[in-house]
Amino acid sequence: MSTETVDKTKDKEPLFSKKNRKLLKDPMNDDNPITVQVLGICSALAITVQLKPAVVMAMSVVFVMAAGNIIISLLRNMIPQRVRIIVMLTVIAALVILVDQVLKAYLFDVSKQLSVFIGLIITNCIIMGRFEAFAMGNGVWRSFLDGVGNAAGYGVILILVSIFREFFGTGTLWGIQLIPESWYMSNGGFYSDNGMMLLPPMALISVALIIWVQRSYNRKLIEEN
Amino acid sequence: MDTNSNSYTFIFSAVMVIVVAALLSLAATALQPRQAENVKQESWQNILKSVNIDVSRAESEEAYNKYIVEELVIQNGQVVEGMHPLEIVLADEVKKPLEDRKNPLYVAEKDGETFFVIPLRGGGLWGPIWGFVSLKKDASTIYGANFDHKSETPGLGAEINQSFFYNQFQDKNILNDEGVFKSVVVKKGGGSGPHEVDGISGGTVTSDGVTDMLKNCLAGYVDYLKARSSKHEQDLPVEEIEVDDPTEDDQIDIPEGGESEEEVV
Repeated sequence: MSTETVDKTKDKEPLFSKKNRKLLKDPMNDDNPITVQVLGICSALAITVQLKPAVVMAMSVVFVMAAGNIIISLLRNMIPQRVRIIVMLTVIAALVILVDQVLKAYLFDVSKQLSVFIGLIITNCIIMGRFEAFAMGNGVWRSFLDGVGNAAGYGVILILVSIFREFFGTGTLWGIQLIPESWYMSNGGFYSDNGMMLLPPMALISVALIIWVQRSYNRKLIEEN
Repeated sequence: MDTNSNSYTFIFSAVMVIVVAALLSLAATALQPRQAENVKQESWQNILKSVNIDVSRAESEEAYNKYIVEELVIQNGQVVEGMHPLEIVLADEVKKPLEDRKNPLYVAEKDGETFFVIPLRGGGLWGPIWGFVSLKKDASTIYGANFDHKSETPGLGAEINQSFFYNQFQDKNILNDEGVFKSVVVKKGGGSGPHEVDGISGGTVTSDGVTDMLKNCLAGYVDYLKARSSKHEQDLPVEEIEVDDPTEDDQIDIPEGGESEEEVV
């Protein structure tokens, strides 16, 4: 692969040219990392039981991905090809540890909320994917946009799935009870939470439902065969 | 420059590792004091929470000094002299057999009443779980409890740190009527009676972890607390009785004389 495809458009192009906006917009729909590329499923499954951790996770990934893409893009002409994956992993791991340490010192409560998820960011295949596929061959600004775009595309799906699962699984959103207590069977009502929503398979089923909906209005995503 | 030559690859990797290591250790050392402070404040907060005192992290030190009157270490029903609970690594102690175990104990005084605060430590599904439970002066009735975890499943096992779960423990008994240690069991599908609480559906392994943790940790205190609470009761009405308990020196004064008489059976 060639890292020599340095962008020729760097100087004269406006910051938010059509091409650059595409970098932000595409991952939201046409090229979504979860629903189209089917990456990052593992973390989508682990942390979408409740809305709050999903939002915090989405924000952390935006940070790590944007910062990581910038660093890799800056180093792209210096990184030896044969060890590039190791270099990428080191960058991700260093960023994640740094974020974790800073949170523990200054935002202790947020860090407690994140606990294990922050470590999960390291294993997020979308980040490696974007480093390898984009930041290694593009300029800093474009890489930054691509990182933000993809992380946001990932985050949007996380948030959708977690809203679905938290609402039907526990009757709450962001920890606030939305379904009236009196509806519950334990209080003489007719309603009962669907415990299956809280189990991992429902994350996959929810993602599949989202893919279904997305493809039914975005026809160009449907494969030919 | 040839970025694919062996020597370049080696030099690049070496430099990268050194830079990253320096950066991370710098960050870790610089932030360590603040992190340690946060952790300490949180444990003060949790100790106070177990005796149903809610304070913010910033106020925790002041409140801790106000309410916690004794910090003891118990081994084999005796106080270990000259040891502070913070010197003890609970995660290691809970794995030792009962007679070798050093058990940290905090004594709180709130509104003239004495409470024993016991730190807990055990294992959940994915990682460690811990908490504090406070007992009333009778060494059996739970006054308050709280739990936390490192990495239990959100929405399932992780719910042990929610008030709906830990508040169930209030007024449960760890001793039965004969004074035999029974602990409190987290039971699937609804708990009843003085030694059971309701578990978390979908969080069975974590619930069992809480059960094991309570049983294992509380066992180390039963002898000491029973001795101490019965001594309270005997001590007050008949003062001339000589109690040859070596821990006597550590006994705090009981300012509110009539108080514990109500509890004499």
